[in-house]
Amino acid sequence: MEVLYTPHSRGAAGPCKADEKGKLMLQLENLTRRFGTTLAVDGVSLAVPAGQMVGVIGRSGAGKSTLLRMINRLAEPSSGRILHDGTDVTGLRGQALRDWRTSCGMIFQQFNLVSRLDVLTNVLVGRLNHHPGLGGTLATLFKRFPAAERVMALEALDRLGLVDQALQRADTLSGGQQQRVAIARALMQQPRIILADEPIASLDPANARTVMEALRDVNRREGITVLCNLHHLDTARHYCDRIVAMQGGRVMFDGPPAALTPARVREIYGVSEEEFDSLAAAEPSVAGPQAPPQPALAERQAALTA
Amino acid sequence: MHATAMSPAAARGEAAYEALRRQRRNAGLLGGAILLACLLLAGWVSEFSPVALLAGLPRIGEYFGRILPSLQWANLFAGSETEGSLAFWFYRLDSWLLLLLQTAQMAALATLGGAAVALLLSFPAARNLVPSPWLHHLSRRALEATRTVPEIVYALIFVWAFGVGPLAGILAIAIHTAGALGKLFSEVMENAEMQPWEGLRASGANWAQACRYAILPQVAPNLVSYTLLRFEINVRGASVIGFVGAGGIGQELYQVIAFNYYEEISAIVLLIVLAVMLIDLVTDRLRHRLIHAAGAR
Repeated sequence: MEVLYTPHSRGAAGPCKADEKGKLMLQLENLTRRFGTTLAVDGVSLAVPAGQMVGVIGRSGAGKSTLLRMINRLAEPSSGRILHDGTDVTGLRGQALRDWRTSCGMIFQQFNLVSRLDVLTNVLVGRLNHHPGLGGTLATLFKRFPAAERVMALEALDRLGLVDQALQRADTLSGGQQQRVAIARALMQQPRIILADEPIASLDPANARTVMEALRDVNRREGITVLCNLHHLDTARHYCDRIVAMQGGRVMFDGPPAALTPARVREIYGVSEEEFDSLAAAEPSVAGPQAPPQPALAERQAALTA
Repeated sequence: MHATAMSPAAARGEAAYEALRRQRRNAGLLGGAILLACLLLAGWVSEFSPVALLAGLPRIGEYFGRILPSLQWANLFAGSETEGSLAFWFYRLDSWLLLLLQTAQMAALATLGGAAVALLLSFPAARNLVPSPWLHHLSRRALEATRTVPEIVYALIFVWAFGVGPLAGILAIAIHTAGALGKLFSEVMENAEMQPWEGLRASGANWAQACRYAILPQVAPNLVSYTLLRFEINVRGASVIGFVGAGGIGQELYQVIAFNYYEEISAIVLLIVLAVMLIDLVTDRLRHRLIHAAGAR
């Protein structure tokens, strides 16, 4: 089964730089994003080795979401660079950009499934960019997916415990199930990185646990790098190898979970850990279905249609 | 009720409410006055006078009197040779029904063709999906161009080009339909949720694939509903377009009007009304079922 999910490498080929942590994979260099006069992300530099599970924490508006969305270029950086295995992905366009996006699976807070399509088709959507050329596009426009891909989709659903719901409409599923469908869709892309933007913020605790466990399982078994935005320190500590704490668009802490002591939390956020979590819980993006603050519509559309 | 018991805050609120009401009433009166002035002006410019209306009204009745068949109770169900029977009135029923069928088929073909073109053009014409600004403008202008020219003008051109017959009518209606539906389609798409679109783009899908998977499933019931509505409109349009020689029952109607075959006029008009009512009824049912199915999530 695992062989189905070997990371695919159409996007960025290039020399791999090795360091003491293993293969250095994703590098952010001085990444900055301005919205008008505010700095959403302010000079962030990170190096993420392949196979790491990174939790990005911070309050709403700390820049976590923009940071993640810049990595797969749903948001365009104002300045700075993103390197993947030494290849600059900041300036990619057209097919190269689509290939890069395919190699970064993305999980959204609101799942972003097509509610009127069945679960199986929603998962097969992850294969769309694996059908190159005009002929490939035409075949996919008529929903003609090869049997092998259907099998692959069903196996991904089976792994996430949803194979019985494969022919149900996506909007008949619970939030937790929908998020797992989104994970299956991301797996179909055979990604090297998964970007999870508040994956559990709309879920109840039990569903949140299954989703986080699924993400960790993907990280451990396929060695897919996971970058995960989270509201709660506990969740980040429990599931991640490394925590990046953001405040006001800047990285205030970057290290192993054990190093993020209560004293450090108070130093960064000026509140105790309990207060931080309860503040996070009081934020609307956790309690309700609202989306997190997002960049201006026009800018997002420009990025999406690029 | 108890003005004396009103708290200061409530009194302030009440005063604000009264002020708002006064303001709204004044705005309404002003708007009404402007509307009335515009109506009078429009009536004057278009030479709409009550005198002419009163003078003309009886003549409408007179025309109806003329086209009414002279039916006789005794012979109502007699054969088509007997004067005063229904069969005599509709003596050409078989060929009229055939022409009606032709009209409906013209409308169906034109609606299908027009809807297909509209679908292709509506994706780039939707502001939220636009891949490049100039493609957006191009598709918008193309839709406008096809929409703003009346069907009858296209029909005249096509009759001149392809000769008298249904082909000219089909093309004329199809082009107008493409423009009209394309605008409606693109507006539906502009109201679609963009979260699936973002999901598709993030997974590396190209523009066409994102349109197909993120937008089309959301808007499909609405598109079909609009297309059915347009089909009704096109059946009416196809009945009239025959006047310029573009086929169907309209061509026959034009001839009997031109030759003052009064009884035939009423027979054909009645047939058209019945046919349109029937199609209205059926498409309405279908549309309601569609929208119902779309609503049941």
